[in-house]
Amino acid sequence: MSETAQAPAVRLTGIDKRFGAVQANRGAAIEVRPGEIHALVGENGAGKSTLMKILSGMLAPDAGTIEVGGRDVTGWSTAQAIAAGVGMVHQHFMLVPTLTVAENVVLGREPVSVGTFDRARALREVEELAEQSGLRVPADRLVADLSVGEAQRVEILKTLYRGARVLLLDEPTAVLSPPEVTELWKVLRRVRDGGATIILITHKLDEVMAVSERITVMRQGETVERLATRDTSPEGIARAMVGRDVALMVQREGAPPAAVPAAGTGLEVRDLVVRGARIPRAVDGISFSVAPGEILGIAGVEGNGQTELLDALAGLREAAGGSIRVGGVDLTTDSVRERGDAGLSHIPEDRHRRGLLLEYSVAENLIFGQQHHFTRRGMLDRAAIDAHAESRIAAYDIRPADARLPVRALSGGNQQKVVIAREMARAFSVLLAAQPTRGVDVGAIEFIHAQLRRARDEGKAILLVSAELREVLALSDRVAVMYGGRLVTVMPRREASEEVLGPWMTGAQRGAVA
Amino acid sequence: MILLFLAQTLRIAIPFLFAAAGGALSERAGIVALTLEGFMLGGAFGAVLGSYYGGSAWIGIAAGVSAGMALGAIHAVACIRFRADQVVTGVAINLFAVGVTRFFLDVAFQSSSNSPRVAGFGGEGLSALTALAANPLVWMGVAVMPVLAFVVARTTFGLRVRAVGEHPQAAASVGVPVTRVRYVAVVWSGILASLGGVYLALDQHQFTDNMTAGRGFIALAAVIFGRWHPVRAGIACLLFAAAETLQIQLQAAQVIPSQFVEMIPYLLTIIAVAGVVGRSRPPAALNQADA
Repeated sequence: MSETAQAPAVRLTGIDKRFGAVQANRGAAIEVRPGEIHALVGENGAGKSTLMKILSGMLAPDAGTIEVGGRDVTGWSTAQAIAAGVGMVHQHFMLVPTLTVAENVVLGREPVSVGTFDRARALREVEELAEQSGLRVPADRLVADLSVGEAQRVEILKTLYRGARVLLLDEPTAVLSPPEVTELWKVLRRVRDGGATIILITHKLDEVMAVSERITVMRQGETVERLATRDTSPEGIARAMVGRDVALMVQREGAPPAAVPAAGTGLEVRDLVVRGARIPRAVDGISFSVAPGEILGIAGVEGNGQTELLDALAGLREAAGGSIRVGGVDLTTDSVRERGDAGLSHIPEDRHRRGLLLEYSVAENLIFGQQHHFTRRGMLDRAAIDAHAESRIAAYDIRPADARLPVRALSGGNQQKVVIAREMARAFSVLLAAQPTRGVDVGAIEFIHAQLRRARDEGKAILLVSAELREVLALSDRVAVMYGGRLVTVMPRREASEEVLGPWMTGAQRGAVA
Repeated sequence: MILLFLAQTLRIAIPFLFAAAGGALSERAGIVALTLEGFMLGGAFGAVLGSYYGGSAWIGIAAGVSAGMALGAIHAVACIRFRADQVVTGVAINLFAVGVTRFFLDVAFQSSSNSPRVAGFGGEGLSALTALAANPLVWMGVAVMPVLAFVVARTTFGLRVRAVGEHPQAAASVGVPVTRVRYVAVVWSGILASLGGVYLALDQHQFTDNMTAGRGFIALAAVIFGRWHPVRAGIACLLFAAAETLQIQLQAAQVIPSQFVEMIPYLLTIIAVAGVVGRSRPPAALNQADA
């Protein structure tokens, strides 16, 4: 395909950026044509976000040039970038929850009349913009009261209000349900048809294929490939991202028939009720069981009680009612440690909040929760801890292979491997795997999934909770959907698909099995 | 009798109102207002110095406000520029204010307890009510909370203060100068709180060592009790002042020990923070240095 005569909307060339010892970008480049949806893909830590932060003026490059609309703007500020129509939609929403939608949208560029903030005009302007762009959000509502999908629309409205012609979206679908994702693609296409250029950072290959026209692939800070979407395949992109062939999430159709769990084995939950911070019955009396040698996947949009359910199972939150049994033993009122020793293992959903102590070493993190098994005469047994760390690091290919490094120094994927290596090292019969691959790159996902399958094949009962529907479908033997604190449906894997589960996840389809 | 009670309540409430206004502004911007006590004390001493050497209460106000501004600026630089823990610098500012006023009390007036009599507002022999009405600071004190409420809710600056106190990263991402908004809020907090001290000193026509006697903390309690909303904080100030008035009037009768009445503001605050009076949630970015 020949280059158009038009100047590229965005051109970054030879970008270098170093943070301390980490070279985030080395000679990275990207070129985006006006009016296209361009996917910037790469594994976690490939330098995508850094490159986009440089484009949006949040970071200054050590070397290289930035051109927007043919103009050299190297080293500009956020304010200059915004003024020139480059708007960024951040992965972690940049919204003030206590302000209204309209106030959030106009913040920094507030309409003023006689020296005071003109609230009526702000409201009117935001309503008009929402109408025009199809990003429907109630302008007078507090952002704290919005759903995640609505909050994201506010983020996009913010950039449009500032006259953005180039929109950067950082992992925009990480928090959305499938219908919301479809809605987002519609909105982005409409914005694009309105003349804007869109750059989408993602590591989800189906999204790349669904919505983008051209693709830039980054690996280890470098730009390794530029592709036209229609000339490539998910496998081709994955190979470029990782640098080798990767087994993508396998859709397992012929799953073994779910065994009828024998009483007294695996995980059995009866009429469990858990209080949430705001909702009195965040988990609203659910019952299910996971048999040995089975993965039960719980799908659902985040915030429907999954966190409370996992906390209650793990012993981090009191159950208000019901019972939890592991291997036939009632653990409902047991402490976290007692549950661990009884054969319950837990990969927490947020490795930074629950899974790891970032300032502690890899070796220390590898024994948390089991430290009482690594003592000699009441003191920590350093030799045993180091030997344990060495074998775990080797078995899980944790990089860099240095047990004394603080976990903070590791990439997200390797941090997650530390958590999984630790939890798999227990003598366990039941594993709670919450968002086991969140924020983890393709190569590590493949590895973690293989570990979960191996544990299943060894006869462990695994409860998988994931916001990634594809992950649930790729791993589970049975699939359940959690909505409004209840399991609204449970079905064998072979009956489940995105189309079947979507309506359950949004509450469009109702009915309770438990 | 009832009129006298109200007048006395208002007289006691004015310092609280000024200080709580400063506290609400600072905290809404995300800076802990533990410094109100120090700002007030600085304002009181500055007022006496100004009034003594300038011979006019107005010069006293100017000098007191300057002292509050200076203390506010020191606090702002420490916790914004140098990202010090706001509670620690707050305590330091309060101790610093006690020490520095004591030192200059001795330097200027060769006394360790009090200054000579200085000019205030209103002459001798006025009734309690006329004396109040003759004092411009009373009028300002009555107006300060409504005005602040308007500023916070209806001005661009107020919107930015709220944004900066809740989610500074979000504010910064849309080009709001977070650091500057916080500097302005903290310096204004110093100005407002110092006016409370100015009023105290000019009302008593002198400075006495550590004369604010915990009023800054009661004002902070009012801010929390009022859930960081200026008007509600103002009502809390009036409530606390009414309790104190009651205590003074009951003291003669020896009905209940005064110490119990003095506890009222703090007890009410604990109750408020415990969530009895509805949801009480401080600005999310309070005491977070990172912008």
